[in-house]
Amino acid sequence: MLGGTPNPAMLRVEDAPLVTGRGRFFDDLPTPRAALHAAILRSPHAHACIQSIDTSAARALKGIHSVIIGDDYAQVAAPLMVGVKLPIQCWPIARDKVRYTGEPVAVVLAADRYLAEDALDLIKVEYDVFPPVIDPLLALGDDAPILHDEMGVNLGSERQFSYGDPDAAFATADHITEISVRYPRNSCTPIETYGVLAEWHPHDQAYDVSANFQGPFSIHPVIARALNVPGNRLRLKTPEDSGGSFGVKQGVFPYIALLGACARIADRPVKWVEDRLEHLTASVSATNRAITLRAAVTKSGRVTALAYDQVEDVGAYLRAPEPATLYRMHGNLCGAYDIPNLSVRNRIVMTNKTPTGLNRGFGGPQIYFALERLMQRVAVDLALDPLDVIRTNLIGTQSFPYRTASGATYDSGDYTQAVERAVSDGAYKALLARRDDARAEGRIYGIGLTAAVEPSVSNMGYLSTALTPAERAKAGPKNGAQSCATISIDPVGSVSAQIDSVPQGQGHKTIVAGIIADRLGLDPKAIRVTAAMDTAKDAWSIAAGNYSSRFAAASAGAVRIAADRLRDRIAQIAAAQLNVTPEDIEFAGGKVFSIANPDASLSFSRVASAAHWAPATLPDGVGSPIRETAIWTAPELTAPTEGDGINSSLCHAFIFDFCGVEIDPVTHEVRIDRYVTMHDCGTILHEGMVEGQIRGAFAHAVGAALFEEYAYADDGAFLAGTFADYPVPTIHEIPDLQILHICTPSPLTPLGAKGVGEGNCMSTPVCIANAVADALAPAHGPLDLTLPLSPTRIADLLADERPAPEGQMTAPEPNGKGLSGQGEARVDASPQQIWDLLMDADQLAAMIPGAHGVKQITPTRFVADVTLGVGPVKGRYRVDVGLSDLVEPHSAVLTGKASGALGTGSGTGTVTLTPDEQGGTVISYRYEAAVGGKVAAVGGRLLDGAAKIVIGQFFAALGRKAGGQAPKQGLMVRLRALLGGAR
Amino acid sequence: MRRLNADQRHTVTLTLNGQLVEGQATPRMLLSDFLRHELAATGTHVGCEHGVCGACTLRIDGSMARSCLTLAVQVDGAVVDTVEGLAPAPDRLSVLQESFRKNHALQCGFCTAGILMSLDTLLRDTPDVNEDQIRDVLSGHLCRCTGYQAILNAALEAAETISKETKDA
Repeated sequence: MLGGTPNPAMLRVEDAPLVTGRGRFFDDLPTPRAALHAAILRSPHAHACIQSIDTSAARALKGIHSVIIGDDYAQVAAPLMVGVKLPIQCWPIARDKVRYTGEPVAVVLAADRYLAEDALDLIKVEYDVFPPVIDPLLALGDDAPILHDEMGVNLGSERQFSYGDPDAAFATADHITEISVRYPRNSCTPIETYGVLAEWHPHDQAYDVSANFQGPFSIHPVIARALNVPGNRLRLKTPEDSGGSFGVKQGVFPYIALLGACARIADRPVKWVEDRLEHLTASVSATNRAITLRAAVTKSGRVTALAYDQVEDVGAYLRAPEPATLYRMHGNLCGAYDIPNLSVRNRIVMTNKTPTGLNRGFGGPQIYFALERLMQRVAVDLALDPLDVIRTNLIGTQSFPYRTASGATYDSGDYTQAVERAVSDGAYKALLARRDDARAEGRIYGIGLTAAVEPSVSNMGYLSTALTPAERAKAGPKNGAQSCATISIDPVGSVSAQIDSVPQGQGHKTIVAGIIADRLGLDPKAIRVTAAMDTAKDAWSIAAGNYSSRFAAASAGAVRIAADRLRDRIAQIAAAQLNVTPEDIEFAGGKVFSIANPDASLSFSRVASAAHWAPATLPDGVGSPIRETAIWTAPELTAPTEGDGINSSLCHAFIFDFCGVEIDPVTHEVRIDRYVTMHDCGTILHEGMVEGQIRGAFAHAVGAALFEEYAYADDGAFLAGTFADYPVPTIHEIPDLQILHICTPSPLTPLGAKGVGEGNCMSTPVCIANAVADALAPAHGPLDLTLPLSPTRIADLLADERPAPEGQMTAPEPNGKGLSGQGEARVDASPQQIWDLLMDADQLAAMIPGAHGVKQITPTRFVADVTLGVGPVKGRYRVDVGLSDLVEPHSAVLTGKASGALGTGSGTGTVTLTPDEQGGTVISYRYEAAVGGKVAAVGGRLLDGAAKIVIGQFFAALGRKAGGQAPKQGLMVRLRALLGGAR
Repeated sequence: MRRLNADQRHTVTLTLNGQLVEGQATPRMLLSDFLRHELAATGTHVGCEHGVCGACTLRIDGSMARSCLTLAVQVDGAVVDTVEGLAPAPDRLSVLQESFRKNHALQCGFCTAGILMSLDTLLRDTPDVNEDQIRDVLSGHLCRCTGYQAILNAALEAAETISKETKDA
């Protein structure tokens, strides 16, 4: 351990308030009495033109202050800046067109949130719905629907890079291995959602905003510009506590602009707390990416070149800081391997999905899923041991600092030692034997391996790699990653610190208190650290925030530098008072004393406070120790070179993982039997926190590997709107793991520390996938795998190879959340009686469950207001039904459309009336329907059942009407059996 | 049974962490919102509002409950315990709370309120609690920071401490 690091076991100063309910999270803070509460109406369509918005009924509701739409926003605020120059406009609320399900369309401001949500239901929006494009590769096609007409294509950016001589390497390769993979959309879903409180001060022309934003503060100028104010007129504060972020709370920023504008328009403070459906549907997620990766390989398994072809799907808008996910790893594209030749083709495409942003791992999970699947495939292709392929290609221990092909400098490492230690201490051989035993018993068991470099402390210049050298020259250089820390000493000599790292549970305050206490010889408990940020008062720069695992390496280093500067000054003051030299001064136990003569001692507080009470007594040339702000950046973080070389991050930790998994032959569930993760994150500042980071990232990664996906239907409906539809792992799904460490301190950071918080999000998903591939290989050969490896997906994968079981036919699903069904009901009435009932609006109103009135517009067109409930949601729909192919009194085709606050639906049904021998009628029906919007997102699992219940209720009512009395018991029983049995 | 009017605010009186308190709630107001916004008891957190994440868990008349799936008017006359009532004194921690701190069983602390309420109830009601029972209760909670192992360790350690204290007493 280096000097200046805290006690690696100290208890967290954060915990006592948090375990007693005294946290200070966004929604725990006081709300101004004048505040209005916002609720946001969101688009139920993935791609549509807004034809009209009628807010009159909503505005008329008691307790509603105002309803704000895109045109109102545009009166006072501007679009959000886009990172790559494109002719698109990125508004935080839709103007003429919606481009993803969940896009804000209107904001209701009301006395409370309940009323605001009531009003949402009363806003009538007419949409002209367009076909959407969901798949990034299809979005590149010539006939794909275009999201942004100004662009004419969906391709937002394309760049090609070449480092070394990849063409020659491929031309002379013994073997070429190629894989194509898809990385899905997922998110770390913090349990606390977004929150914004915005206020406008007309006489200052300034905004005051509190939000649980996490940085990077390079976004602050983006928000200020959108709100049409200079940066000093956007005072942005973050709360002391934040309920997790993992990158995701960067994505609150469009709402800061939106609600800031609302506060200005309403001339009232405005508060908004995102709900879970909003968060899952429309906050932010990792990018989904399609990667084709080729390797030039020698016979012995040495990779001499890589060729990436990446298509990055950023969703509907290229929203800042994208396309950062694609470029964050640009210096690290060869991972932990010594591969001198590299070619890259990067394309960024827009699709009708929620715009993407920061998410733990940020670009790493995507890259390593391709790279490490490829390395396993190299081993399979060449019949080599996958561990040997990794060993053969690892960067050599003598090579550090190592310059990667694409320009990163790996600061330190000993990858071989890390791998060999993991193999021995993690009992890799025993795992091989375990696999042999399992396979001998006929069980499906496999082993996966992954080596990964985990970058941390992002270079603020890496994003400009997305620009050509000429564009970069025009835009001016961008580089560095400044960290700021302030330490203050008050008039009684007690010490406070302010940090710019916006922690969200990592324990930064504990580490900072420890570092300062160590340098100044004080008890850590005596140091008060504030993590809440205030851009009007605190030192910050664009790199501030909680991302790219920058705290331990950068922010903590700035604290150390500030503490050292104060220590030097106080040592000089004390030396003058004690008549010794500053070099003879030591700090310990709250005392400042002479090393040579410990009796010559002063209390720390007395020396430190002298600067307040008697500044004239400070020795000449010694600065005041009452406040010190250190601003630190690493000179190594330079702008991209002419040749597109980029040192995208400052520090590079190393990870080597291996695991054993078993697949249940019946349920296809993947069970992680054993998991070993080896880390070299440089100096460890706190053992408990490092373990917490590793376990936390591992849990996220298990979710990403096996369960979680922000899934969309073909029509762009979002299908994962609850924690039941987006299954986050519980304790039952997260196995224990063995964590190992070696330590090669970073020579580039003040404390020798490197980031550790994201590594397993990068290494673990692919390690599990490699194990699954290995498990299935004996029976199925090499397989292309797509995450998440849910039981359904594995079953589908294996089913492709097997004939469908007899008697099981899957009907083709219509677009969207497809529903289809058929059934029969018998009614004691003639076909003509039933026909007449079905053609009578008043009679229909009485029979349709939840109908508030049916109007017959023409003989063959009916319009109804209907309240329907599905699972947790219930809402009013406007239903428009047309009849066609009428064969009175035998058959008719019904075509219906429904729209309402909860979403949309459309479908077709055929009804046939057949007389039976008892004078009754058998009514047969078939239907196909598609459902989108909120209902698809939160009730998808329940739709089939709900549809059958509603249809059942309809026919029961029809039976009652037609029979002139309650249907006989027999009919009800039959109906129930029919409906229940059909499920 | 008391008749409630949808448009009216009704007085709800309850015993919250041992104190008799009252507030006003419309019939549709969630207990979680009532506690946080009406009674200013912000220790109970809201994570999903559909009963999955468990962050809002508290005790109603001695049993664990999701406050996001409970209406405020349902607890009229009830005894409600929340995370604010767990510590024996303002500047002290309960055995379970202390064990959470010692074992790094929390990071951001947002889901922690609900987890503590569930575990406190389990440990109180189950003298010889075993690991499976703890896992079972924890499976009703989502934590995105810790990966759960540290929470399990904290619960096991607290259970052992409480068991020892009970035997010594």
